Amino acid sequence: MEIHKTSWPMRILVFVLFLYLLAPVLLVFPISFSGDQVLRFPPTFWSTRWYVALFENSKMLSAFSTSLLLASIVTILSIVIAVPAAWVMTRVKFRGRDLLFNLFTAPLLLPTIVLGLAILIVFASFGLLATMRGLVFAHLVVTLPYALRILAVALNTQDQTCEEAARTLGAKPLTVFFRVTVPMLIPGIVAAAALCFLVSFDEVVITLFLTGPRISTLPVELYNYVYNQADPLVAAASVLLILLTLGVIMIVERTMGLSKTFVK
Amino acid sequence: MTTEALAPPRKMRSGEVAVLLLLPIALINAIGFILPVLNLARFSFNKVSIGGGIENVFTWENWLGLLADRFYLELIFNSVWISLAITLTTLILSYPIALYLHRSSGPWRTFLTVLVISPLLTSAVVRTYGWIAILIDDGPVVSAIRALGLPAPSLMFNIKGVFIGLTEILMPYMILALMAGFGRLDPRVEEAARTLGATPARTFRKVILPLTLPGIALGCLLCFVLAVSSFITPKLMGGGRVFLLATEIYDQAIVTLNWPLASTLSILVLIVFGAALWAYSAVLRRLD
Repeated sequence: MEIHKTSWPMRILVFVLFLYLLAPVLLVFPISFSGDQVLRFPPTFWSTRWYVALFENSKMLSAFSTSLLLASIVTILSIVIAVPAAWVMTRVKFRGRDLLFNLFTAPLLLPTIVLGLAILIVFASFGLLATMRGLVFAHLVVTLPYALRILAVALNTQDQTCEEAARTLGAKPLTVFFRVTVPMLIPGIVAAAALCFLVSFDEVVITLFLTGPRISTLPVELYNYVYNQADPLVAAASVLLILLTLGVIMIVERTMGLSKTFVK
Repeated sequence: MTTEALAPPRKMRSGEVAVLLLLPIALINAIGFILPVLNLARFSFNKVSIGGGIENVFTWENWLGLLADRFYLELIFNSVWISLAITLTTLILSYPIALYLHRSSGPWRTFLTVLVISPLLTSAVVRTYGWIAILIDDGPVVSAIRALGLPAPSLMFNIKGVFIGLTEILMPYMILALMAGFGRLDPRVEEAARTLGATPARTFRKVILPLTLPGIALGCLLCFVLAVSSFITPKLMGGGRVFLLATEIYDQAIVTLNWPLASTLSILVLIVFGAALWAYSAVLRRLD
């Protein structure tokens, strides 16, 4: 039973505010099916020409495959590096642990424009500009804090009696880790991997400092495109990006749901 | 932990293993975060030589230059002022949504919360592009205003468009921060105020608002910090005609290649961050 009866003016106000909040995301869907040469809403006629144009744009296609490869490498490395680190952070007691944890998650507090410039200057002397290695390294700086935080929370809330039981029954630490801790951690790993993938795939500001004509990612190419011209091509790309994000979220939802029922 | 305490000889080995397991993340943190940031601070005291190279000297030239140059003083002042105005607007637009979400329940609440979070998962480039489509000359908003017989304003490539776009882009952060702070708001307290004869306006002013102040402070800190350092939206919607701190950092770094000056401006952004954090903790202390 709801105590509050929300008044009609309040409901209309909230509806209008929601409309404002969602307007730019909702609008790219109709615009992507525009038949016009320029950006116009509502379009004068409908077509799929901008989707065709998108798939004929070799720059966008190569940027897309770079982004996909980059995000995949970054996600795998993030998990491989963050799982052991999160395990140490939650299972081993040592002095300065909180300090170290704060230090490892600190890159999230820095604005990306500042971090991007800082990394640019250092990478320039290392010869890492406009290289895949450099992009992977820079993205790891941003994705690892997310992965570490999610996995540490997951490990902290995990029931430790199973690990203790395995240890008491004589299992070696490595066996306990791979046979008990990691399987129980799967939902956390999936969530962390999904977030790392999305963060890496969408990252634009830091990447903008580190890309060049030789190598570019999809968000950077879209940024450059919008900066130079405004036509419905980017709307078509946006729709595909939104669908990709939805797909990742749905994978997480299904995996998490499945693993939850499995654990229970 | 208890088994480890029972077996002291293995403790040393586990310590070594722990160091080994932390090594990759520590290396990435050191090379990709600590070193670059320290280097950035050092770079703000370097200078660009006549030939375009960077001289490794120690000079206050960049810092004093900023304070002497009217363009940069205005840039800093405008950035801070606009960010404050955007933060306040975001707060006003987000508060009703957060309050409504706080009061709703069940699947409806889950659905609306997903709607609030979903823009966060959409690229800033995509959302900015959406705003360009809405605010462009002859776009839906300008046409609607013209249809009403009013003089059509130009909303693109100036600060107005940046303002509208950034406010919307920051709203999810504000709503989530407000909702986190609304936990202290018990509906029974409001009921009590109303039963005792307070008008809705008075109930809001005397009961709801004071109880939700910590959430407001957190949301404002978050949005201000994000607004001051936002780059994509001012750059794309400003069309090179809106000069803010973040866009100037990028231009100095990539276009002018004056890395020392870009570094100085970056450290300045961090100082503004520090000031915002200080103001936030001062507000929190007064609330306690």
